[in-house]
Amino acid sequence: MNLIVEREKGPLQELETRIATLRQRGSGSSGDVAVLEEKYRELLSDLFGNLTPWERVHMARHPKRPIAGDYLAGFDQLDELHGDRHFRDDRALVGGFARLRGRRVVYLAQQKGRDTKENIRRNFGMVSPEGYRKAKRLMELASRFGLPIVTLVDTSGADPGIASEEHAQSEAIAACLIALSKATVPVVSAIIGEGGSGGALAIALADRVIMAENAVYSVASPEGCAAILWGDSARAPEAAERLKLTSTDLLGFGIVDRVVKEPLGGAHRDSEGFVGVVLDAIDQELAALADTPAAILRENRYAKFRRIGAWEQTYVAAMATALT
Amino acid sequence: MPMPDWLRSLREKDVPAEDAALWEKCPSCGEMLYRKDLEANLSVCTKCNYHFRMHAYDRINSLVDGDFVVIGDEIAPGDPLEWTDKRPYTQKLESDREKSGLSEAIVTGFATLDGFPVALGVMDFSFRGGTMGTVVGERVTHLLEEARRRKLPCVIFTASGGARMEEGMLALMQMAKTSQAVERFMADGNPYFVVLTDPTTGGVSASFAFQADLIIAEARASIGFAGRRVIEQTLRQKLPENFQTAEFLLEKGHVDMVVTRAEIRSTLVRMLDYAVDRKRIAPTLKAVPEFALQ
Repeated sequence: MNLIVEREKGPLQELETRIATLRQRGSGSSGDVAVLEEKYRELLSDLFGNLTPWERVHMARHPKRPIAGDYLAGFDQLDELHGDRHFRDDRALVGGFARLRGRRVVYLAQQKGRDTKENIRRNFGMVSPEGYRKAKRLMELASRFGLPIVTLVDTSGADPGIASEEHAQSEAIAACLIALSKATVPVVSAIIGEGGSGGALAIALADRVIMAENAVYSVASPEGCAAILWGDSARAPEAAERLKLTSTDLLGFGIVDRVVKEPLGGAHRDSEGFVGVVLDAIDQELAALADTPAAILRENRYAKFRRIGAWEQTYVAAMATALT
Repeated sequence: MPMPDWLRSLREKDVPAEDAALWEKCPSCGEMLYRKDLEANLSVCTKCNYHFRMHAYDRINSLVDGDFVVIGDEIAPGDPLEWTDKRPYTQKLESDREKSGLSEAIVTGFATLDGFPVALGVMDFSFRGGTMGTVVGERVTHLLEEARRRKLPCVIFTASGGARMEEGMLALMQMAKTSQAVERFMADGNPYFVVLTDPTTGGVSASFAFQADLIIAEARASIGFAGRRVIEQTLRQKLPENFQTAEFLLEKGHVDMVVTRAEIRSTLVRMLDYAVDRKRIAPTLKAVPEFALQ
């Protein structure tokens, strides 16, 4: 059960219906519509104006929230490239060549499904080793052709199945982290929904990390964290609070560089508009990085992650060494 | 080999006067083992060859020629999220420090192995389940940076339950930080070896553990990405006994070799002998002033 979906029912839904009915009547009721719309905005603000971390988790998992496919539809042109060249084409992670706002890029996106059938085909956006190996291949290709890398992150986590273990999930993720460390082109990542731990980070070791306001990015799912720490997954709301997984927290830590504000009530209230704003943000970040020489790009990327959780003295020493 | 001073001073803190402290029961075969015999046998059951988890300093002592020069010990844990669950995080750290005699879940430094100077990192599961927080990430990165500066090979023994939840996303980001340090270190042509010990999972296995030139798994160690319990709960089925064992990984082609604890040191020395020309050792010895004095 999704908390946000539940909250959208009742008075809010009633108001929506009434506004729609009045609108259909056409002329003569525009004053009444305006009053109701004002009321609607107030109600939205009451219901969603101040979300707790746990509510944001539900917002990030909202069934109508824009998913990677909605963003990719906003690109000028897409040419998907398939497969890991070894075993399989993972449908949970898609990628290839694209044009975004006129710019040539390589894209990588974790793709959830909209309905059960598509979710099964896409393994609910949980990427298998084959998906990460495809990603690694495309990261290397991007560097070879000098194309910036754009990644869209939306996964509850890397696939935890038997086959994934048999095919070395750890190695596949670790290899992506190395490939992004090596990249000689700009890397821009957008956390659009769920940023589930290492499975998300595998494609988000980026020069700039953009995050949707109500997306979450966490070391563990609140449910999993609560189960481990208290032996009770029902304490997930409390875990969500403690994990500091919201865009506000992560901007504060310097883990995220830019937060894109969502429409009141969540991105799905204006999916198309919101997708456009995120794509513009990606474009702006790419533009800002476009002229940076590869060596400086890599140096800055190293420093960006180097200082997270750095113990002051060793960091200063390391920087002094790097400069000599 | 006489017990080095640094280990003796650590050991003198122990007062195993009571009888119970003299014996250890093997969880595999049930044999009661005399603790001194067990330690002399590298914490491997003398009857059934069960490998107990090893204290970081016992491991170091089983490997190094003489002295071990600790670096990064001053990198001390903080509490960036002011975390509390059943107990405050700071209290958990304090009791783990007492229990393990360690300042954090990894010990890093320099040593020589059969004359080869190396940067050595050894994780310890008894400290917060060997989880990687900011200190582990920082120490691993620091070790790789210092090894790179000195052009020394780096050997890391992993034992970890993954990223440390009590440090949230700051812990997860250590995967990115250590990966970049590994990439830089290896790009310069420096050899990087990892020995996976029981257990190695999650954020550690998916970062600096599986990025090495050589990946050696200690016999019977449990190694994987997702924890066994997580997979069983997700799939609602029991997993086969050998799933995620070192031997399973060897069969699947994930590791270079599986080695028993008794053979780890000699194996590492043989591998170093392939990777590093012995004639080049002399100048690298000078990289660590403490070795030049020996």
